[in-house]
Amino acid sequence: MTALPATTTGKKLGLVIDLDTCVGCQACATSCKEWNTSGYSAPLSDHDPYGSDPSGAWLNRVHAFDVGEGATSRTVHFPRSCLHCETPACVTVCPTGASYKRAEDGIVLVNPDTCIGCKLCSWACPYGAREYDYADGVMKKCTLCVDRIYNDHLVPEDRVPACVKACPTGARHFGDIGDETSAVSKLVRERGGYDLMPELGYKPVNKYLPPRPRRDASTAAIASTPAEKVGAPGNSAIEKLFAWADKALSR
Amino acid sequence: MQDMTTKNASATGAGPTAQSLPEPHIDLSVNPADEIKTTTCYMCACRCGIKVYLKNGKVRYIEGNRDHPVNKGVLCSKGSAGIMQHYAPSRLRNPLLRVGERGSGEFKEISWDEALGMATDWLGEVRAKDPSKLAFFTGRDQSQSLTGWWAMQYGTPNFAAHGGFCSVNMAAGGLYTFGGSFWEFGEPDWEPTKYFLLFGVAEDHGSNPIKIGLGKLKARGAKVVSINPVRTGYNAIADEWLGIKPGTDGLLVGALIHEMLRTENVDLDYLVRYTNAPWLVIQSPGAADDGLFARDVDGKPLVFDKTSGALAAASRVDIAPALVGEFTLADGRKARPSFRLIAERYLGAEYSPDAVAKETGVPADTIRRIAAEIAEVAFNQTVTLPIKWTDWAGREHDSITGRPVSMHAMRGISAHSNGFHTCRMIHLLQILLGTIDVPGGFRYKAPFPRPAPPANKPMGKPSQIKPNTPLPGMHLGFVAGPEDLLIDAEGRPSRIDKAYSWDAPIAAHGLMHMVITNAALADPYSIDVLFLYMANMSWNSSMNVGATLEYLTAKNGDGSYKIPKIIYSDAYASEMVAYADLILPDTTYLERYDCISMLDRPISDADGPADAIRHPVVQPDRNVRGFQDVLIDLGARLKLPGFTKEDGTARYPGGYPDYIVNHERSPGVGPLAGWRGEDGTSFGVGKPNPKQLEKYIENGAFHIHHLEPGQRYMKHANKGYLEFAKAAGFIGNTDPIIFQLYSEPLQKFRLAARGHGAIQPPASHTQRIERFFDPLPFWYPPFEGAMIDERAFPMHAITQRPMAMYHSWGSQNAWLRQIHAENRLFMSRSRAGVLGIADDDWVWISSHIGRVKAQVRLMEGVNDDTVWTWNAIGKRSGAWALDKDAPEATRGFLLNHLIAELLPPREGGYRYSNSDPVTGQAAWYDLRVKIEKAPAAEAHETWPRYEAIASPPGIVAPAASNFGIEFKESRR
Amino acid sequence: MHPAYSVILFTTASGAGYGLLFWLAILSTFDDLPATPMLGLVGLGLAFGLIVTGLLSSTSHLGRPERAWRAFSQWRTSWLSREGVAAVAAFVPFGLFALGWIVFGVNRGIIWTLAALASAIMAMVTVWCTGMIYQSLPTIRAWSQPLVTPVYVVLSLASGAVLALLLLRIMNHESEDFGWLTVTLLAAALLMKRIYWSMLDAVPRDLTPGDATGLGRFGKVRPLEAPHTQPNFVMREMGYKVARKHAEKLRVLVQIVGFVVPVLALILTLAIGGALSIALTVFALLALAFGVVVERWLFFAEAQHIVTLYYGAEAA
Ligand SMILES: Nc1nc2c(c(=O)[nH]1)N[C@H]1C(S)=C(S)[C@@H](COP(=O)(O)OP(=O)(O)OC[C@H]3O[C@@H](n4cnc5c(=O)[nH]c(N)nc54)[C@H](O)[C@@H]3O)O[C@H]1N2
Ligand SMILES: Nc1nc2c(c(=O)[nH]1)N[C@H]1C(S)=C(S)[C@@H](COP(=O)(O)OP(=O)(O)OC[C@H]3O[C@@H](n4cnc5c(=O)[nH]c(N)nc54)[C@H](O)[C@@H]3O)O[C@H]1N2
Ligand code: SF4
Ligand code: SF4
Ligand code: SF4
Ligand code: SF4
Ligand code: SF4
Ligand SMILES: [Mo]
Repeated sequence: MTALPATTTGKKLGLVIDLDTCVGCQACATSCKEWNTSGYSAPLSDHDPYGSDPSGAWLNRVHAFDVGEGATSRTVHFPRSCLHCETPACVTVCPTGASYKRAEDGIVLVNPDTCIGCKLCSWACPYGAREYDYADGVMKKCTLCVDRIYNDHLVPEDRVPACVKACPTGARHFGDIGDETSAVSKLVRERGGYDLMPELGYKPVNKYLPPRPRRDASTAAIASTPAEKVGAPGNSAIEKLFAWADKALSR
Repeated sequence: MQDMTTKNASATGAGPTAQSLPEPHIDLSVNPADEIKTTTCYMCACRCGIKVYLKNGKVRYIEGNRDHPVNKGVLCSKGSAGIMQHYAPSRLRNPLLRVGERGSGEFKEISWDEALGMATDWLGEVRAKDPSKLAFFTGRDQSQSLTGWWAMQYGTPNFAAHGGFCSVNMAAGGLYTFGGSFWEFGEPDWEPTKYFLLFGVAEDHGSNPIKIGLGKLKARGAKVVSINPVRTGYNAIADEWLGIKPGTDGLLVGALIHEMLRTENVDLDYLVRYTNAPWLVIQSPGAADDGLFARDVDGKPLVFDKTSGALAAASRVDIAPALVGEFTLADGRKARPSFRLIAERYLGAEYSPDAVAKETGVPADTIRRIAAEIAEVAFNQTVTLPIKWTDWAGREHDSITGRPVSMHAMRGISAHSNGFHTCRMIHLLQILLGTIDVPGGFRYKAPFPRPAPPANKPMGKPSQIKPNTPLPGMHLGFVAGPEDLLIDAEGRPSRIDKAYSWDAPIAAHGLMHMVITNAALADPYSIDVLFLYMANMSWNSSMNVGATLEYLTAKNGDGSYKIPKIIYSDAYASEMVAYADLILPDTTYLERYDCISMLDRPISDADGPADAIRHPVVQPDRNVRGFQDVLIDLGARLKLPGFTKEDGTARYPGGYPDYIVNHERSPGVGPLAGWRGEDGTSFGVGKPNPKQLEKYIENGAFHIHHLEPGQRYMKHANKGYLEFAKAAGFIGNTDPIIFQLYSEPLQKFRLAARGHGAIQPPASHTQRIERFFDPLPFWYPPFEGAMIDERAFPMHAITQRPMAMYHSWGSQNAWLRQIHAENRLFMSRSRAGVLGIADDDWVWISSHIGRVKAQVRLMEGVNDDTVWTWNAIGKRSGAWALDKDAPEATRGFLLNHLIAELLPPREGGYRYSNSDPVTGQAAWYDLRVKIEKAPAAEAHETWPRYEAIASPPGIVAPAASNFGIEFKESRR
Repeated sequence: MHPAYSVILFTTASGAGYGLLFWLAILSTFDDLPATPMLGLVGLGLAFGLIVTGLLSSTSHLGRPERAWRAFSQWRTSWLSREGVAAVAAFVPFGLFALGWIVFGVNRGIIWTLAALASAIMAMVTVWCTGMIYQSLPTIRAWSQPLVTPVYVVLSLASGAVLALLLLRIMNHESEDFGWLTVTLLAAALLMKRIYWSMLDAVPRDLTPGDATGLGRFGKVRPLEAPHTQPNFVMREMGYKVARKHAEKLRVLVQIVGFVVPVLALILTLAIGGALSIALTVFALLALAFGVVVERWLFFAEAQHIVTLYYGAEAA
């Protein structure tokens, strides 16, 4: 089933990540690691965890970028996980069929029981979303928390990905991007949600909401009150203020 | 956030559509837990509610509790990594007795009986001789109401928690001004606020609430302005960033106040109702009461009533007080409303935007525009909530109108030696705008507001310290004048940290950062036992690490240590463990009871007081005991009155849970406010309820009392709230809390410096007291920059909290340390260019006391004159069960090596601590440095590197970790 | 891309093995190669050895080699699967071909010729699939070039030819035509590799961190902080980078040692003949082997993955 599903339900579950709101706190990354290390992909192994070169398999990573230069520059925090692409080569290159895209909701998964750890899918992913688990010998990736979102054991409002639930600023939104009426689709329309590197043709489902324009001198709606004249005697301002403040104000 | 809760009927995962091969069957509904227990997070001081998923007796998952008032279901990176903290290999396993030299890390394991026996001997001896020879200081703990009470029962004046090096000047600045403060003691009214100014915050104690709040503002499009030399984290998402030069916020805020006054955008009504702006200040230079408030015969402050044209008690309702002018008192002297003094100060040229632009680095036009924006929102976009309430005078109101400008500030202000005044200035701005406890403004969290300043006085005067005798009251309080200082007849400090002495009169939380230095230098005196609890004082929480390590190991001529005995409680193999003699190993946060009490730092939100507990959700697998249990046990062994019954037996034989339920601080008031009374129906005051802990556990480990809508705003002057607060034991009476824009207690110190009153500072201190005890907030340059050659050390150096690390603890966490195993020195790309420094270069960072080597990362969003790094990533080799060559030790660095704990000597040689002169708050961010490129041969690792310390016995870290594999079988 | 030694060994050894198999099949069909079992045993045995060594080494690159059999299932979409299927399929005619030659002493006649031709075709199909694994990846510009697979094939043919030539000379079945063919193949391989490199150098590397993040519209995008301070899998696997200067030198080395030297040595052998020519052929073979291994190392080391844009690469 390495072939992409021939027909789909039209449902495209995914994440919408608001770069205007993300503070780079890493909560989504650790909560993801925490849920998933004991979840569908268990374990997400760590190497040399207390040593000189600690690393491990994570399904979500948060970068910080400097964007632009000087006065108009900005700092943008940028979470990166699987985008659950519509036409991803990571699935079609897989020799075993371990990598597949669910017909029902579009989630791209690795079957940890059949993956041979050839790593080819990680080469095929432009977004760095697949991480090989050296100890487990298989590829790991964001599951869109498939074992949460349909999980009867969780209360309905908790049936969202771990990262979405944890995100303290609410910068992560989960829903059906295939459904034009969904809240996430609306958000994408209103805020100009975009695809990462659309030119590669993977058709990511996840969308990013761009940082909003800054509201500083260049865009200020309010003109600053004219400055006092240079060298104006401070006293005149005080007298003016005193005259104004001399109203009778009852307690 | 979620629009897809429909459960797939088949739940098999097999798609409904035909495919070349069937999708594998996966169980989408694996039960993630055998049991879910609710408790409180401890990965930082924010104290979020958590749900701990347990499977096969192991922790499988920790998530935020949606019902919890603090985090409402979200969880930060540290909280989510709690599993790795709980299972960290660095956990201490047994009580330890030092066998090698201090600092070697060589210990032998001993039993609890031996350990507690030894501690009892050491402490008992000191108590019988001179209790002040014990210094008991606790770090970032959340049980100060117990530890402080223990120290009080013991009778030593030497107790404080970490507040003194953290942000005590913020706390004091707020409490002396409006009876509340930033920190987690108040919060912006996130829902209606329309304009938010964030001063010097990277993470803060209320970090999840701030993030939740910022998320709301961003979603709603409210404007967020960041004032911070660095633009990362919260500051990165601000709509406007002012990359201010460190230590100059007082000028910026002063200029904003200048603009508000100049453009007449001040809420005069609010001022006459709720503040001392109309109170008359005596203008009588040279007199003993110059600058104090004119008072009537009953001691009530006076105002000039414009209706009657006469002086009147400020508390009267039927008057129209004057805010400006000059009036004649009964004795013929002149007096002016304090508002007039404020206006004169801030309209002065030195606070004009043009005057401050250069020093702050914020253009004058920007300041004027921001001021105009604030004024526009405050005065033209008011928010009115249809809430009925009654003011303190009994007048009923149908609605509450707020000026929806809110502010929050933290250590960017407080970690400077001018932080107290700067903080007060921010509050002054808030109050001039009328934005305290109004819709959209800044709101108190219970038990605040309290009178400004609160009424309780510090205890520990020489006369109060007697062998085998408790102090008459708790240590930490609020001085109202020199008479409240803890000094002897010669003016010498009675506390080891010199808190509440002329060095730091309004200390409020003590000066933890000075304890080791002062004890080793026997200034003001030496001690016999240093007892520390969860503070990594030999590393990231000390100033001048090198000197601190010398002090901890300094010996007398006879080979004995200058600090003879050090007892320490930690849960992990921290750097500090290696420097103690006797280690009392604590449990992890999932293994013990804790109490987040209204007597201490509760978790209230603006809509209601709340407190919480932790309770053991798993049992320890090591020979460790909760420190609070240990302290209560020690108290009983030492026969401290509060911890023993009349017959000499332990008062709380059930340990900490017993204490939490049954201890009464005053009749009916105990550690927990919820479910009091024998039947569990009282709030705040009520008899102990034996089922209280069960009630908490049932309710998710917290209790929140929701205030009536009519009690939620204007708490300082809200009859309904004040009556409630009095009944709950938060305040002593229902008098309205009047904001002290002009601070009379400060003026009292100033008068003492001018030679008035019975208690006067020694000559060496008079100038300092005169200058810094200005009753109105003012700006002065931070000390370090003012005292050293700024040209030699042209750059400011500061730190920021990494959101994914909690001080030193995070590095033992297998997940968090993957995010930050080393730190860079961040500096501006343009300044680096001038200095010939390229990205990734190694540089020497030098201050007037030493140098540190680090690798740089160039960036855009940082003030040109500033370098910064993440706090507390650098580790001592060998600590925390990490490899000796862990990146934390080889490439991670601390700025603490460069931060002096003492200022350069003054004339006469005396060295003040490197602290805020009013409160003693450590001035971490006054640091000035010079940056030079390191030669290629040195460009690979940090410096200084200290010798590796040994891990305590039995502590070994695994080479790999596959946490979770044990849960794998259950799922497929 | 991280040059994994198992993968380098796999592609070079099995490439040479398939090349040798190809030439033994072609020569026995079209050039009267005598059906002496010894020649068959040594020649086909060597080809088999190289192929199997390569394949085994490639499985050591797998995290779960015991599941390698699963890789045959996805031939409809996956070049890696196709390669596996082709490799296994090739063993059928190969086995038959070997059976006839080694056991029955025949390498011609309808069955045996068909087996030989099928072996030759399957050998090249397998190598073609190998090349396509790389060429089909849109994430690595150095690989998604049209010459990648042809170069794999021509290098397989050339290295197989040198091996075959050596074998023939040792076994006294010297064929001057084949000698010249080998020289031509080497020259062709050199030429193709040079064209590949010049195409590669001309490939526009126009994706930037601005594209990778979609933030380019706000200005130049530079990494401020990575999500982890120590390298993770993505950086280890995809972040390998060889310095440009270093790569230039290695390219020259590949061309001279890997091709020019063998070509000259072989031309010399054609001129002088005799025992010395065997020694020279061995020398040519060693030089070529060295060159091909370095070439393959470079093939990985010079390949830049798009994901590096998130980790500090300025363009990809
Ligand atoms: N994740 C995490 N959370 C924590 C902690 C932790 O270690 N990790 N520690 C807890 C503790 S103990 C505390 S005290 C709080 C502190 O929480 P914060 O107050 O957020 O403390 P800092 O990280 O020191 O941040 C200070 C900020 O002030 C800026 N700054 C420095 N100097 C100036 C200045 O002169 N003016 C202005 N305007 N800004 C300035 C710095 O750039 C930085 O952004 O955090 C608590 N929460
Ligand atoms: N350069 C620089 N230095 C600073 C600051 C800065 O901004 N810059 N910030 C300062 C501030 S505000 C603060 S508050 C201090 C913080 O300084 P500390 O309070 O010293 O902070 P931690 O590093 O968290 O150390 C606390 C100790 O508590 C131990 N611990 C953790 N959990 C438990 C437990 O459950 N029980 C017990 N018994 N022990 C436990 C840890 O192992 C650690 O040894 O640092 C100060 N130092
Ligand atoms: S992001 Fe990468 S792993 Fe995820 S579907 Fe797209 S190509 Fe595949
Ligand atoms: S690593 Fe696993 S999932 Fe990825 S391509 Fe290979 S077999 Fe498929
Ligand atoms: S959806 Fe689940 S697996 Fe994917 S990034 Fe979020 S938490 Fe991780
Ligand atoms: S949890 Fe939310 S705010 Fe934090 S890094 Fe992730 S997306 Fe950004
Ligand atoms: S902010 Fe994070 S670490 Fe702190 S208590 Fe909350 S969840 Fe725990
Ligand atoms: Mo702190």
